[in-house]
Amino acid sequence: MFLINCPFCGEREQSEFKAGGEAHIVRPKQPTELSDDEWAEYLFMRKNIKGVQFERWNHVHGCRKWFNMVRDTSNDQIKAVYKMGEKPPIK
Amino acid sequence: MKQLRDLSKQKIGVVAAGHSSVIANMAGLKLPLESKPLQALVSEPVKPIIDTVVMSNAVHAYVSQSDKGELVIGAGTDDYVSYSQKGSHDIVEGTLNAILELYPIFSRMRMLRQWGGIVDICPDASPIISKTSIKGLYFNCGWGTGGFKATPGSGDLFAHTIANDEPHKLNAAFNINRFVSGDLVDEHGAAAVAH
Repeated sequence: MFLINCPFCGEREQSEFKAGGEAHIVRPKQPTELSDDEWAEYLFMRKNIKGVQFERWNHVHGCRKWFNMVRDTSNDQIKAVYKMGEKPPIK
Repeated sequence: MKQLRDLSKQKIGVVAAGHSSVIANMAGLKLPLESKPLQALVSEPVKPIIDTVVMSNAVHAYVSQSDKGELVIGAGTDDYVSYSQKGSHDIVEGTLNAILELYPIFSRMRMLRQWGGIVDICPDASPIISKTSIKGLYFNCGWGTGGFKATPGSGDLFAHTIANDEPHKLNAAFNINRFVSGDLVDEHGAAAVAH
């Protein structure tokens, strides 16, 4: 159990949120020109990092808005929270 | 991330469960996996009360009684990627709600311990027993919340795959290339949660 500082609503319990997986996976600009390998990479392959990971979350039982989070998956400590479209505050 | 191409004359078989991606990343390889905590609980020991394993797909719960008399309880994974081996309390609450739907008599049972094991889940919830794009590197992973009863069989097929550098006919469908070809294994649709 951990608390998440929603960029729109403030600090709420994690159970109000839905995890959306790895962030900053860019949707292909020319989908018709993609090879099967490139589609698989986009759709399925994930870094699944043990350590600092960039990911998407949705405040599904609150404002229902999507945002990004930097979290250490080895201990669930949140390093940063930032809005969609913003650059990550840490590398 | 620089990917290795060839382990030359070596062969390495990786069976690392929840940490499969961690090993794969060392070789510059990405896998179609997400690792999540799967929580379980054990109660105080009581006299014999259930003599079978009970699993409900309707309310999503699992309970059995150990030889020592403890109830062993489990359910679904947490929602988010984590290697913390803890998990969240709302999942425990949901699990016990489901158990009490089936067995209201357990409402005053006291739980002795709780833990989270890290499970590696494929997008189609079926395992991978396969060679990879790196010659000499093999993975047996993606078992997710299942796999315990399949351990001896999967070991046999994995050994066959490594020895022959080709899958056995029984695990041919469980190759990693199915995420490229689109020929996924329809287990989520067929089994929902139970394995």
